Amino acid sequence: MKIMYYPGCTLKSNAKNFEDSTLCSLKELGVEVEELRRWNCCGTVYSLAADDLIHHLASIRNLIRVKEAQADTVMTLCAMCYNTLKRVNERVKADPESLAKIHKFMDEEKISYQGDVRVRHLLEILRDDITFAVVATKVSRPLKNLKVASYYGCLLVRPKEIGLDDLENPTVLENLFVSLGAHAVDFPYKTECCAAYQTVDKPDTVAERTYHILTSARDRGAEVVAVSCPLCAFNLDHRQKETARKFPEFKKMPILYFTQLMALALGCGEKDLRLDLHYVDPKPLLQEKGFV
Amino acid sequence: MRTTVSKRKIRDRFVQKVEELSGQKLLACYQCGKCSAGCPAVSQMDILPNQVIRFAQLGLKEDLLESKSVWVCASCYTCNVRCPKGIKIAEVMEAVRQVLLRKRCDHVEVQKLSAEEKAGVPAIALISNFRKFTS
Ligand code: SF4
Ligand code: SF4
Repeated sequence: MKIMYYPGCTLKSNAKNFEDSTLCSLKELGVEVEELRRWNCCGTVYSLAADDLIHHLASIRNLIRVKEAQADTVMTLCAMCYNTLKRVNERVKADPESLAKIHKFMDEEKISYQGDVRVRHLLEILRDDITFAVVATKVSRPLKNLKVASYYGCLLVRPKEIGLDDLENPTVLENLFVSLGAHAVDFPYKTECCAAYQTVDKPDTVAERTYHILTSARDRGAEVVAVSCPLCAFNLDHRQKETARKFPEFKKMPILYFTQLMALALGCGEKDLRLDLHYVDPKPLLQEKGFV
Repeated sequence: MRTTVSKRKIRDRFVQKVEELSGQKLLACYQCGKCSAGCPAVSQMDILPNQVIRFAQLGLKEDLLESKSVWVCASCYTCNVRCPKGIKIAEVMEAVRQVLLRKRCDHVEVQKLSAEEKAGVPAIALISNFRKFTS
């Protein structure tokens, strides 16, 4: 199996741990990955204003790059890229008039995009193509006794047409963790917004959300929270500094990308986890469990 | 708070603009309050999400353009997926922001952010913040 892969900007910098752990995991699972050539930023957020077509161009250009590579599917990891690329794709598919206008802004492109690329998230590929039963057979280091809470945030599950699982009670991450031998912890805040980009001008709001989200996970017994979005990861991990300042009784908790835990279970080395990119050091917990 | 409702306000071009930008039929809202019940940002809002819709129906332009609510909304879509009438409240929030941003009334002034503030967050945060809060 070979997959065309769109990394997006943050996977090449702050979220290198997300990328490296994914690439190692997919290698262990026997999946060949090819990075899209000449990709550009997707725009990070889908433009909600009905007349704002210009901001859809960035996403369409990436989908054209997929066509140029003679592929019909592209895989994303970042929840924001996934949501933006997929939503723009669905919008132009349903609205040929807008698509025609968008084309006028990029007439240098050799391919006239028709909405025929499938945008998929790694989780969908793991669940639907590889299947968790097969993932389980490749586990060499079961995540025994590790209590993981899965945090989905917003953009993997909302809006409904875009989401990859049930929008109120998604379970795809929990199912993956069970196949990796971990103990999946359910908690009520798994789809509650972390306040996203408010982190730039209202870090206090993020600290408050982080407090509620992580305290809820801890109350349910979680030792670590798994995420799939680099912005959620930053807010839930790095903003714990502000959270601890604001709420003195708050106990810090390690945040990992779900792919870092998968990579561990599949036998990848520590260099593929990039644990140096975290604010709350996950190493003591992983050492205590005997995983590193 | 004293609010005056008038036919003139209801017929204001602003109401039409919000409907156009959001692609929503504002009068479809029957004020059940479900959007506000699940919104994670209500504690910081001066006008609740259901009130934003009501104010938009009634053309209470000044109240909406001065409200904090549209800037604490993070487009999480919780309201959208729960509204029994299928109204996209997040799109209405965006429409109000756009009315201001298109007059260059930026919510975040990039030049006022310190170097540390900018360096302290990943690119994904800066890009999405500027896309939402600047013109
Ligand atoms: S949930 Fe929908 S119908 Fe109910 S108040 Fe909100 S916008 Fe109106
Ligand atoms: S999209 Fe905005 S208004 Fe709607 S629930 Fe989320 S924060 Fe609240």
